[in-house]
Amino acid sequence: MSIQVIQPGLMTTIQDLGRFGSQKYGVVVSGSMDSYALRIANILVGNSENEGALEMTLVGATLKFTEDTLIALTGGDFQATIDGKLIPMWRPILVPKGATLKCKAAVKGCRGYMSFAGGFEIPTVMNSQSTYTRAHLGGFEGRALQKRDHLTCKALTERNHAMIQLVTSKVEPITWAANGQALVHSTQTPTIRFLPGTEFDRFDHTSQQTLVSQPYTLTTAADRMGYRLAGQPLTLSEPFSLLSEGVTYGTIQVPPNGQPIILMADRQTTGGYPKIGQVISADLPKLAQLQPNATIRFTQVTMEEAERAFIEKEQIIQEIEQAIRLKLNN
Amino acid sequence: MMNKVIIKSLGDAALIVQLGEGISPSIHKRVRSLQLSLENQPFKGFMEAVPSYNNITIYYNPFVVYQAYPDKNGTTSFQKVSTFLHQLFTNLNERSQLEESIVSIPVLYGGQWGPDLADVAKHNGLTPDEVIQLHTSEDYLVYMIGFAPGFPFLGGMDQRIATPRKETPRLAIPAGSVGIAGEQTGVYPVETPGGWQIIGRTPVDLFLPNQSPPTLLQSGDKVRFVPITFEEYETYKEESR
Repeated sequence: MSIQVIQPGLMTTIQDLGRFGSQKYGVVVSGSMDSYALRIANILVGNSENEGALEMTLVGATLKFTEDTLIALTGGDFQATIDGKLIPMWRPILVPKGATLKCKAAVKGCRGYMSFAGGFEIPTVMNSQSTYTRAHLGGFEGRALQKRDHLTCKALTERNHAMIQLVTSKVEPITWAANGQALVHSTQTPTIRFLPGTEFDRFDHTSQQTLVSQPYTLTTAADRMGYRLAGQPLTLSEPFSLLSEGVTYGTIQVPPNGQPIILMADRQTTGGYPKIGQVISADLPKLAQLQPNATIRFTQVTMEEAERAFIEKEQIIQEIEQAIRLKLNN
Repeated sequence: MMNKVIIKSLGDAALIVQLGEGISPSIHKRVRSLQLSLENQPFKGFMEAVPSYNNITIYYNPFVVYQAYPDKNGTTSFQKVSTFLHQLFTNLNERSQLEESIVSIPVLYGGQWGPDLADVAKHNGLTPDEVIQLHTSEDYLVYMIGFAPGFPFLGGMDQRIATPRKETPRLAIPAGSVGIAGEQTGVYPVETPGGWQIIGRTPVDLFLPNQSPPTLLQSGDKVRFVPITFEEYETYKEESR
């Protein structure tokens, strides 16, 4: 099975759930920005949740299919069409041989995921298929897709075949879709929940108040590595220097200019800026779906609340997975 | 034997175990001991651990912890992992044998490979040969790997060759460049922009993405720089091809 890249879109890379286990060697984790959307996309075509899929950014890709291929689209809405006809998201779709799938600019969200039954035939680097473009690591030749690239899929598993059978069943065409809204609910000015960071107490009282009372805007310097925010500057009670130490996805660090930066999927493994907060895991996909110039508000939560939100989302994904399993077994 | 350990949350899926303050080989030994102990007997939900100068960042999946260690008191996964780590720390045997490998890194000093060697010498009132002599006379402890894949944070440089960063950073420093920044020395594994004073270049690769482990150096190793000639540099380059 082969897929031809007609137009790559703005920044389309292969991502799985991340390159974990090598951070102690300085190797960046990468992986999907919106892990919920990626996991559901994979579940919908009968893949394992961690399979590599396409992550498209702001402007999607146009692909030509040389074989019948089972795919699913989740995350941001790129108004995808097959031979000119709009196709539904959050649902397995069998793209017929010879068809062209065209994505436009995102009308909702920022990052779209396209999974392929079987996954891509690409090497696994340090246990991951994720692309880290800055070091030319993993994914498709360590880079974003380009015009005329050819993607090849791996052999299908029994589960992939079962899903294809379900989709092609003439008796009962698919009318259901996974409820993506339950995972990422987008609003005009989204509220991002955070836990106090390791240096929260080092910031002056005014800054601690500012963070939860004032809006912050994503600048155009908002990419897979980090989101630079603009708003009221945040200041330390007194200057101090921090030795470099581990950071993670969602770390809100504050460089000397006082404008916070949220570290995203391609963050460096270590950092030395004071950390005022840490976005809770359950809100990272929401953050991933924001476009530059979006405005956000921060609200502080407790560890109990953060973990409860984490568990709730996991349970939603489990429910979706079980519902699909039931359909397959019927 | 080790009494003080502070655990701080880094969000809901990571935490930092603080084992001391500042930079010292003895604190770093505790860091390594805990790192090894944790990797040998991880808790369920453990993903990975990253050592730094005086602490370890531990990444975990709170949902897996929640499912694997059920209780009726509503204890958070963070508390459960903290309890596990405190126990691990209490039972830690610091005398356990820590492997100490010394890694020799050949360096061609000066010339186009070390364009700032003369400046570093001038800044410290030394000759370039004296800078090379001082730079190669120490064994450096690798405290941590970070910033870029395989980039070692080294400790123990002779302060007589300490030199501030360049006022204007270079846009591209070639992979293998050996530099000085303030009181630190290090090697760039991949080409990046940077403001370090570049005194030489090594022909060996520090980042080896297709090997396991993927880096020449690991936290806890000792590094010894060995001066080489241009001919030797070329031979190394040939061999690695």
